[in-house]
Amino acid sequence: MSDTQNTHVTGYRFSILIWVDLLILTLLTIEVAQFDFQSLTVIVALVIATIKSYLVGTHFMHLKFENKFLKAVVIGVGVLFLAVLIVLFSDYLFY
Amino acid sequence: MTSTTLSHDVHPVHFDAYGKKLGMWIFLFTEVLLFGGLFLVYAAYRFLNHDAFHEGSAELNVVVGAINTVVLLTSSLTVAMSITALQRGDSKRAINLIMWTLILAGTFMFNKYYEWYTKWEHGLFPGMDHYKELPAGKAQFFNLYFFMTGLHAIHIIIGSILLMVIAFYIKKGTINQQRYTYLENGGLYWHLVDVIWIYLFPLFYLII
Repeated sequence: MSDTQNTHVTGYRFSILIWVDLLILTLLTIEVAQFDFQSLTVIVALVIATIKSYLVGTHFMHLKFENKFLKAVVIGVGVLFLAVLIVLFSDYLFY
Repeated sequence: MTSTTLSHDVHPVHFDAYGKKLGMWIFLFTEVLLFGGLFLVYAAYRFLNHDAFHEGSAELNVVVGAINTVVLLTSSLTVAMSITALQRGDSKRAINLIMWTLILAGTFMFNKYYEWYTKWEHGLFPGMDHYKELPAGKAQFFNLYFFMTGLHAIHIIIGSILLMVIAFYIKKGTINQQRYTYLENGGLYWHLVDVIWIYLFPLFYLII
């Protein structure tokens, strides 16, 4: 029976802590965008965005407590997107 | 424990919580690939029109974008907390937190309206004369801006309707402490929409 739901309950305080982290990271993205790192600027913005998504995914979306299959598929979709991005730019960068 | 545990629902009804959640995740993957495709278009055009994208980005209001980021992150928190509340049997608090989420969604949409209306007043809206005269690169930036933030806004509206329906069923008792998967799924959708905004914000408002 899969009638039982997973029993882990995220505490209010923990959720608020994650939210504070997300706000700090948002502030950081805005601050960092003031500096010009040339082509690295986008990379820095995307790295921070990915850290934020990771926090939302693991804690708010509860992935930390899901089974291995689900985690693997989420990672798989991420890798698929990254692969398509790399293929796209291998075309644009050398044409 | 609240009265929901004393329900007289004695006939066994199969409730496949894991299946429901897995189905939701598979749907979310299609959403990721929908927006993913648009992000690829963005990446390619930005690569080809670097300076035009820079100029276009400078015309967006960073303050409104940042406020909306905070609003959406906060709405994700209230959804996460409403799941906690329902899991602990406090359905009243769960509904309250969903209401807060809806208020925040309304705030987001109001800010979006304000942003688009300002662009409209400057003739910078798809189909308007000034918009048609934009140089190619800048036109691509604004086309993507309107399409991607517009599609995202539609998702906010759909998510809000979903959460409203869920709140109604929590009040009715159909979604309860034992069976909260629908609330979790609504939450998953809401968080995904938040994650998409997490990428949209720096890529459109902050690229310098």
